[in-house]
Amino acid sequence: MSETVTELDVLKTAERWAGEGRSMALATVVETWGSAPRPTGSHLVIDAEGNFEGSVSGGCVEGAVVSEAIDVIEAGEPRMLEFGVADETAWRVGLSCGGRIRVYVEKVN
Amino acid sequence: MDRSLLAALNAERAARRAAVVVTDFASGRQRLVREAEVGADPLAAEVEKAIRSGKSGIAATSEGEVFLNAHLPPARIVSIGAVHISQALAPMAKIAGFDFEIIDPRTAFASEERFPGAILHAEWPETVLTARPFDPYTAVCVITHDPKIDDFPLISALKTGCFYVGALGSRKTHAKRVERLQEAGIPQSSIDRIEAPIGADIGAATPGEIAVAILASVIAAFRKRKMFADRRGETEPS
Repeated sequence: MSETVTELDVLKTAERWAGEGRSMALATVVETWGSAPRPTGSHLVIDAEGNFEGSVSGGCVEGAVVSEAIDVIEAGEPRMLEFGVADETAWRVGLSCGGRIRVYVEKVN
Repeated sequence: MDRSLLAALNAERAARRAAVVVTDFASGRQRLVREAEVGADPLAAEVEKAIRSGKSGIAATSEGEVFLNAHLPPARIVSIGAVHISQALAPMAKIAGFDFEIIDPRTAFASEERFPGAILHAEWPETVLTARPFDPYTAVCVITHDPKIDDFPLISALKTGCFYVGALGSRKTHAKRVERLQEAGIPQSSIDRIEAPIGADIGAATPGEIAVAILASVIAAFRKRKMFADRRGETEPS
């Protein structure tokens, strides 16, 4: 289905970037509660310069994920991020739809 | 994620085979489980469930949480026959989110003019399927009315365990088709999987309406995940 096609493109992009020797991180939606805009398993790939492809939400939290991902690329250790109305960051980068998501960010080595 | 794992995952996807990436949050370790290797995995039951449902999610194990990301090939519809019905089905299939391909050796039918932008194979199914065989994530609709064109891909679809197999034709035409399939040694349980007359029973009359009926049947087969049960019970080694 179209969603899977999009996913395929993100992972293909990641592989192409890897082939170009770019440092990058992969963010994955691993859990959702309520009305989350992107399903579990959705990917966002980010390089060290902050370029990205894909999505983990409808654009609500991508900015925050990208900046965390740049840290992950430097530090090398994976991180778990959580976004949603119940979160203290909600007023800053929350999901307007009222959902909550957990995003795993890992470096691509 | 290791680049080698990423490349291996993309290779599975390009080959239209299901795979699951298992991530252990505590250790950060990851592995790729290919569809054919599920039985040997320590989390075989969970991985199997992820592939069956097509849903990714977290599983609790004795060592903590692991994430299973299910990667299923995009579903596609292959129409055997570049006929009037396929002209209606081509844009509808795309809107519904399916990949769509047409196979018809009759070049007058399978023309770019009749199917702008479609993936079109103006060759015999025998030739096309050697290079690009069916897989379980494919729905096959045989709609040429000509046994010389229809029968080979029909048998191939049944042997592959395609998630939907439909064949156009009246009950009389289908009865003759069943006879030919029986003569070809196809088991009755496989023959019974063919939807004939093709499409949901909505009284469709025009090519456009028949295309709607076909798409409804394909979506029902896909969303209800009938394909997996069918495959386990009825797929034969090709």
